[in-house]
Amino acid sequence: MAENKRVVERPLSPFMIGPYYRVQLTSVTSILTRITGNGLIVGVMLAVWWLFAAAVSLAYFAVANRVATSWFGDLVFTCSAWAVWYHYLSGLRHLYFDAGHGLEIATAEKLGWGIIAGSFILTALTILIV
Amino acid sequence: MRYLTARKRAEGNGASHTGTAHHWSMTLSSVALAFLVPTWVYIVGHALGQDYEAVRATFARPFTSILTALVLVIGMRHFAMGATMMIEDYAQGTARKIAIMFVISLSTVIAATGLYALVRIAL
Repeated sequence: MAENKRVVERPLSPFMIGPYYRVQLTSVTSILTRITGNGLIVGVMLAVWWLFAAAVSLAYFAVANRVATSWFGDLVFTCSAWAVWYHYLSGLRHLYFDAGHGLEIATAEKLGWGIIAGSFILTALTILIV
Repeated sequence: MRYLTARKRAEGNGASHTGTAHHWSMTLSSVALAFLVPTWVYIVGHALGQDYEAVRATFARPFTSILTALVLVIGMRHFAMGATMMIEDYAQGTARKIAIMFVISLSTVIAATGLYALVRIAL
């Protein structure tokens, strides 16, 4: 049986940024969408743990709240605020691209800078208002 | 005479095997989250740092509770599918399968924990 087993070596798509393509705004804003989207799980885990503790008991909430409002919690939630707004704006751009708009290089680059600037503005507003 | 039509033989043979189902699901959940997330960030951001009673009062309100439940269910599904796509790009074989199982389990546990907390606060 063992000799009948055929090992199929299928290639993975190579990571393009760096070895094959120079770093450019469109590729960096794209990979950042993936990084922020996946990274947000850290903030979600901390927020859900904090909510779970609030549901369980006063003593447990005190523990979770101390972590959530510590420098570590502040760091996670500040990064999460930027990540959520970056991912939000680039998600809107994704929908716009999907509809077939904004794909000319000049427009795509403008949208890229717009996302970067917008994410920082919205993060600042979030910190100010919240 | 061939009984299978050309369409039937072609279906499922693309690179994804499921056509555009994954893409459409991500589009749907992203539009839903675009409407839900700003309000949710505002409410949770306000609740964060408040005392035990204030936090429970916030999440006991029907609007906050339903909004949080929607964000958790739709958001964790959106995460699981996006993370699956990332894993499929960078890993293969057994590592890919284990990593996909892990992110789907993680997102399901997070959603279940959050929903349990909401129900317990509401009761």
